[in-house]
Amino acid sequence: MKDETTTIRPFTAVAFNQYLAEHQLMIVKCSKCGGVYAPPRAICPKCHSEEMEWVEASGKGKLAGFTIIYSGPTFMMEQGFDKKNPYVSGIVELEEGTFISARITGLDMSKPAEIKVGTQLSVDFVEFGEGESQKTYLAFKV
Amino acid sequence: MPKVKSLPRGVAMVGAGMSKFGAFAEKNSRDLFVESYKAMTKSVDKGFDPSIIEAMYVGNFSSDQFEHQAHLAPILADSVGLLPIPATRVEDACASGGVALRQGVMAIASGMADVVLVGGAEKMTSLSTAAVTEALATAADVPFEIPAGFTFPGFYAAMASAYMAQYGMKSEHLMNVAIKNHDNAALNPNAQFGVTIQTWMEGRVAAALKKGKPAPTWSTIWDFLHDESGNPTIAYPLRLFDCSPVSDGAAAVLLVAEEIAHQFTDHPIRIIGTAQASGSALHDRPSITSIPAAKIAAANAYEMSGVSAKDIRIAEVHDCFTIAEVIASEDLGFFAPGEGFKAAEDGMTARNGAKPINTSGGLKAKGHPVGASGVAQTVEVWKQMRGQAEARQVDGDVSLALTHNVGATGSTCTVHVFERRI
Repeated sequence: MKDETTTIRPFTAVAFNQYLAEHQLMIVKCSKCGGVYAPPRAICPKCHSEEMEWVEASGKGKLAGFTIIYSGPTFMMEQGFDKKNPYVSGIVELEEGTFISARITGLDMSKPAEIKVGTQLSVDFVEFGEGESQKTYLAFKV
Repeated sequence: MPKVKSLPRGVAMVGAGMSKFGAFAEKNSRDLFVESYKAMTKSVDKGFDPSIIEAMYVGNFSSDQFEHQAHLAPILADSVGLLPIPATRVEDACASGGVALRQGVMAIASGMADVVLVGGAEKMTSLSTAAVTEALATAADVPFEIPAGFTFPGFYAAMASAYMAQYGMKSEHLMNVAIKNHDNAALNPNAQFGVTIQTWMEGRVAAALKKGKPAPTWSTIWDFLHDESGNPTIAYPLRLFDCSPVSDGAAAVLLVAEEIAHQFTDHPIRIIGTAQASGSALHDRPSITSIPAAKIAAANAYEMSGVSAKDIRIAEVHDCFTIAEVIASEDLGFFAPGEGFKAAEDGMTARNGAKPINTSGGLKAKGHPVGASGVAQTVEVWKQMRGQAEARQVDGDVSLALTHNVGATGSTCTVHVFERRI
């Protein structure tokens, strides 16, 4: 049976984040040309079709580029990151062939020169905040 | 892909000037713009009556966030006595200035105006560095890039990491770009950091001794640049000296229809190519070791102007980070992919090299008041092409020059080609 909740949600940032909160990495697929995109788009950038659908990503990917950030935005500072406790942000090439920005966990930041672009990763979901202010962040782990 | 059309009417630059770039606690964006306007009027060889200016386009990224002042264009027009001409603020992040220039070119080329003022202004230092970082981050695809923790140094660092993996570059190679741009800025009286890295390092040692602290033991600038206390990591692999500063500044240029240029000067600079392209967020590209919008803008600007990369004598490129200059030098076709960092190491992009890049000191050392940068690049080209760049003047004839201005990680890019006819 077709799960209506995965087909009727609009192709918006809010819907993308709702899926994240449900621990699903959802990407969109064009029903006409088969193009796959993340983040979501309501109109296919390749064939301009409006017949898009949500599909769940396998959650597998590889590191396309990364950085170790010592001085991050305020919301990252509030999550306990600073110069002494840096974090990794990266771009992940999903198994489906599209890319997405995400936090990267499980890398040894003390040896940055040994971090390899191309490292295999799997999707993870990081929660921060409590109650109504809780937000789920997309992450990938080694 | 849109077709490249030729300019329906010739456009010439007949004046160009900039304020000093730096951190000026007592000046706001309009004060800086007035300085740049006055410098521009002085540069017009035969003088002119400002009342003939018909329109104004001004690049400004975010006076709203930096100064709590939106709707900047009419205020800047008023500040230089140009009311009631139409004044339009153009916002495309750090490419705002380049896009404003293009709007001015199009206004004249279309026949809608004969004389147009193009400006750029940004006052950034009123906010803390952390607040500036957040303000700049709004130029990203906020809901999809920022939750990953990215900052702008972080985006370019990720590009650097991919470039290093693909081409075998070491982060040390990027230091050549910073050293070269500081060498150039040391000869530019308008630069924010008008000192070489050697002088900077010696200043740090002298300051430590003055305070009675143990002097750092750097014996060369390479020691200094490799030392975390001299050159701290901001976003690995990028360090402090890989990053352009937070700056205040403004720039202004006067554009006119080519057929009336002789009324202003006997040495006009023609704008023979203008192109702009847009791109996705960084993560939506098949490769992050080049900027597709820059390659497209470059190809279109070359096609419009009928010249190729090898014909360009000098270029001012968007080196918001050192890796950005390396990638720009490849996207513009000066060097093959993966060769840009070697060209910088070999001195090819130095003032006396085969392809001088950022003789002004670039964004890195001249400063990067974001909305002004694209216009200030044009000011450097104006000076170099007319032999007025003083101590940093390149040798020989500069008959063709190029500017390359990027917004965010390449979501916007403009490329302009300039020609001086003898």
